[in-house]
Amino acid sequence: MPVLEKEGAKVWRRRTQGEALIRWFGWLIGVAVFVVCWQRISESTTWFFVWDAPRIADDIWTRATPPRWEYITQLGRPIWDTLNIATLGTIIALCLAVPVAFLAARNTTPSAWLVRPIALLIIVSTRSINSLIWALLLIAIIGPGVFAGVIAIAIRSIGFCAKLLYEAIEEIDQTQVEAISATGASRWQVMAYGIVPQILPAFAGVAVFRWDINIRESTVLGLVGAGGIGLQLSSSLNVLAWPQVSLILIVILAAVVISEWVSAKVRGAII
Amino acid sequence: MSHRELDDMLGTRWRKPHFVTNPMLRWGLIAGFVAYLVAAIATIEVDWGRVYEGLDRGWQFILAFTKPDFVSRAGDIWEGLLESIVMTVAASVIGILISIPIGLGAARNIAPLPVYVICRGIVAVSRALQEIIVAILLVAIFGFGPLAGFLTLSFATIGFLSKLLAEDIEAMDRVQAEAIKASGAKWMQWINYGVQPQVIPRLIGLSMYRIDINFRESAILGLVGAGGIGATLNTAFDRYEYDTAAAILILIIGIVMALEYLSGVIRARVQ
Repeated sequence: MPVLEKEGAKVWRRRTQGEALIRWFGWLIGVAVFVVCWQRISESTTWFFVWDAPRIADDIWTRATPPRWEYITQLGRPIWDTLNIATLGTIIALCLAVPVAFLAARNTTPSAWLVRPIALLIIVSTRSINSLIWALLLIAIIGPGVFAGVIAIAIRSIGFCAKLLYEAIEEIDQTQVEAISATGASRWQVMAYGIVPQILPAFAGVAVFRWDINIRESTVLGLVGAGGIGLQLSSSLNVLAWPQVSLILIVILAAVVISEWVSAKVRGAII
Repeated sequence: MSHRELDDMLGTRWRKPHFVTNPMLRWGLIAGFVAYLVAAIATIEVDWGRVYEGLDRGWQFILAFTKPDFVSRAGDIWEGLLESIVMTVAASVIGILISIPIGLGAARNIAPLPVYVICRGIVAVSRALQEIIVAILLVAIFGFGPLAGFLTLSFATIGFLSKLLAEDIEAMDRVQAEAIKASGAKWMQWINYGVQPQVIPRLIGLSMYRIDINFRESAILGLVGAGGIGATLNTAFDRYEYDTAAAILILIIGIVMALEYLSGVIRARVQ
């Protein structure tokens, strides 16, 4: 126990002197890094605009209120598109994620040396790139529109779904699989009766969870031209129609809250 | 499965139990789902001619990954990447520092009701608004540049970390905290010795995860003018410089993988 001799009495301390020194040094480096980073941000900031910000914010607020409620009649189709992007994207992603997950899980992969790294690479690379970047790329390739949004959401979700699924597959109860294979079941029968029933709840949970996230992401895909309500947001922003912007933001907020509520309800019912 | 005797079941074939037991509900769900799917696919306009034309460009993009061009735009890439990293570091530090008091306030077993309501409100607002929308508003208020991105990421970090920290505090072991309180500790000492040791491993793990997310998000903030590598990437796509875009994407994936590996190591050490 580290103690400090102080006027002949021993006082308890949490760390020895060496430990404290190392920690102090670590904090010093951390603070230094932060200061350097802050300095760089500060250098490339026009501080006049920042001091002026409260006035600008107030100005935008007065322009944006009250929202232009009658504009909502034009938002029906974009909302439907947004919903479709999220739902169809999730469905396609799940179809692609299931085989990837089985190839990536240690206990089901056909070859741990060849196939598993490829599956893991697919998971990491699709996961680490945001759906907006995928959308940007797909718009350059297949042209703007809802279809590019669906594919962007699908690609982005593969990694997420496959990662959670393969972790679920790795955590299954092996005794059930053994029981099925002991009956003389083939590889596919073991899969269908030993593994799939165990991961079905996880699968449903992942699907709903990702759908919820995809609703959020698909609301902004339109900013780069991939359809949905973001398209309206971007065109309203471009013409500085702030009352429309505030209405669209309210609609997006409502969509996010509703989708979160639905997903929480469904997950509660499944698990 | 009501009371069926074993004798009745002998000789009949075993059938897999259904996922949804109520047949009305099951068929209703399937029918509704199919109807939605048909409606959704019918409303998506896909210009197959355009897609076919684009396939060639898509193939070129995939080819670009085999020979990414790090050199010809090295200056821009380096600038953008550095700005992304700087934004990530600064925003993570500030976000984590602010989210700790808010997380404490949002835990019902520590905070009094008024504080709890306010903190939960902040968390809810921060979680409901997406990074990119916050970035658009902040760019409009503070002007272009990494400051808007930094503020956006800090704001998003607060919602994420505070919520998870508060949930962790609510799930902590009361006995330890009470033991500290019984020794006559003041409020700060109580938090420091009774609560903090229980939640710090998870807090470190979550912070690492959030740094990872912040870097990924910082890659898209440039699309709306909030600084970072996104602007460079967008320009590369607009100019059809796929080899440069591929280089940037490879760098992003590489950094995310490195961060993920690092956070795995750190989490394994603290937990």
